[in-house]
Amino acid sequence: MDIVIIQFLNSIFYAAILFLIAAGLSLIYGVMRIVNLAHGTFYALGAYVTAWAIGKAAGSMNIAVLFLLLPVGAVAVAAAGLLIEPALFRPLYNRPEEYILLLTFGLLLILEDVMRFLFGGMPLTAGVLMDSLGSFPVFGLKYPTYNLLVIGIGALAALCLWAFVYRTKFGVILRATSQDRRMASALGLDVRRVYMLAFALGCFVAGLGGAIVVPAQAAVLGMGVDALILAFVVVVIGGLGSLEGAMIGALLVSFVRTAGIQFFPEIELAVLYLIAAVVLLIRPTGLFGKV
Amino acid sequence: MMNLLQPGAEGVSVGRSLALALPVVVVLAVVPQLIDSYQTQLLTYGLIFGIAALGFNLLLGYTGLLSFGHSAYFGLGAYAAAFMVRYLGVGSMELYILGGLVITAVVTAAFGFVCVGYTRIFFGILTLALSQVLWTLAYKFFWVTGGTDGIRVPYRTMTLLAGAVDFSGPRSYQRFIGAYYYYVLGLFVACVALMWVIVHSPFGKALQAIRDNETRARFLGIGIRRYRWIAFMISGAFTGLAGILWVPLNGLVTPEIVYWPFSGEIVFMSVLGGFRSFTGPIVGAIVFNYLKTYAVASTEYWQAALGIVLVILVMALPTGIVGAVSRLAWRRGAESGGSGDQP
Repeated sequence: MDIVIIQFLNSIFYAAILFLIAAGLSLIYGVMRIVNLAHGTFYALGAYVTAWAIGKAAGSMNIAVLFLLLPVGAVAVAAAGLLIEPALFRPLYNRPEEYILLLTFGLLLILEDVMRFLFGGMPLTAGVLMDSLGSFPVFGLKYPTYNLLVIGIGALAALCLWAFVYRTKFGVILRATSQDRRMASALGLDVRRVYMLAFALGCFVAGLGGAIVVPAQAAVLGMGVDALILAFVVVVIGGLGSLEGAMIGALLVSFVRTAGIQFFPEIELAVLYLIAAVVLLIRPTGLFGKV
Repeated sequence: MMNLLQPGAEGVSVGRSLALALPVVVVLAVVPQLIDSYQTQLLTYGLIFGIAALGFNLLLGYTGLLSFGHSAYFGLGAYAAAFMVRYLGVGSMELYILGGLVITAVVTAAFGFVCVGYTRIFFGILTLALSQVLWTLAYKFFWVTGGTDGIRVPYRTMTLLAGAVDFSGPRSYQRFIGAYYYYVLGLFVACVALMWVIVHSPFGKALQAIRDNETRARFLGIGIRRYRWIAFMISGAFTGLAGILWVPLNGLVTPEIVYWPFSGEIVFMSVLGGFRSFTGPIVGAIVFNYLKTYAVASTEYWQAALGIVLVILVMALPTGIVGAVSRLAWRRGAESGGSGDQP
């Protein structure tokens, strides 16, 4: 029983992180029709920046301030997004989509090395936050309280994103642009600004995922490349461009993965890719995707 | 999608193409006599990647499908040869090629059947997902595949041309590199010739028609799905052959070769040379190989160096090396009143 509860909590924890990465990927695709291969690297960048900032401040400041430093990674990644979109993507919107895909691949290669250069090859952690919260008992076993915080932040972020996209004026503009870019432009919307903000928002969410995971798991080189593929699986299952889809997909992938690690560790990842391939075959637009 | 500078858009005569290709082959045949064995080895790698990119470009350049999963077929060929060494004790290169091509053909037929129902980004993601299934198998089933340690494929115990050439005894490495280069060169020339025939055949023209206008091609009675499927299999087989040839040269096969960034490198090669021309991917693969080797040797941040090249390429030079060179040649030809069309 205790193991079941802990594995359940682990799955939800994992789903919260995965949702944040996949939601950003999905948002960027939904609005801009860009499949961003560098998206996992944005997640890694968020993790590195937060871990670095907390590492610098850990000795001198008290723990509450350190918690306030958590979103630094997300903000940094959003700022990077605000620079990258107009400088690199904007000139390519009139070209076939393959070019932007390739550009994001180039960006991935560059960012991986930028992180290696800035933060070195050693893993960085912000474990001090996780330790400060201690743990709570689950039927005689202990579970870190910090993980609950991550689950809470994930849920809150999902709620905020949903409210933002469906309940605010900018959300309406965002959805209008995603449905018909030229029409939105003809109606007087500043599509360039919408693209820039949508991209920055997608980056922010991915960075947030990295920022909140890093007290629990160290930031390492290559984490972005691995995360990207899982996020792909999530959005393929859920439907590219759909927030609900990203949520359901993240939960599904996390539970299958947790069960996989427990019962069939050798083919755990293969099963996930196969699920994605099967969903793509039956419903090319994913479970929640619109045509 | 692309109306200018299409491969095969102008009338291309066999004689003219041969006249252009022959000097290149002669140079490639003479070059190893002038350079040391390390350089020969590098060039061999380049030719092998050239075969892979040539196969890849049948899909991207001629059929209009961007595969992000060609590492799978390269890896299949490589692992097939490695399994034959590890489990069957086979040492003949021709048997590797035979076995590797059979396995690649079976898997590409299955994968292709699934993938060709989709186009654009969905095709890319589906090929990516399927290639990663193979990667996890190679990575996780370590008792079969050796996991991240991989499988060694020693050149010493290998023979070429049905046992006529072997590499036991002294100076075996130099002799291996010397002989293997010509072996690869022979297959390379055969592959290029075969691909040239394919893309200039009615079948190749039909693929280009599908690429340019799917609806119109369907009205003309072209079985789009079947054509794409066949193109997918041919493409996978070329890339698989490259994987088979790569293994003895590399001496080792690890799951990294099936991981998706290698698929990205194959795309990179084709774009570097220019995927809108027949020769572009070949040139791109050879140049990319030098680029990567020297970037790795000269800086710790070689990935960033390659990334910057790719970004500049996409932003400023979308037709690649061959596209840029042929445009220059065309311009000069136009000035002097000559015909100067695409290679």
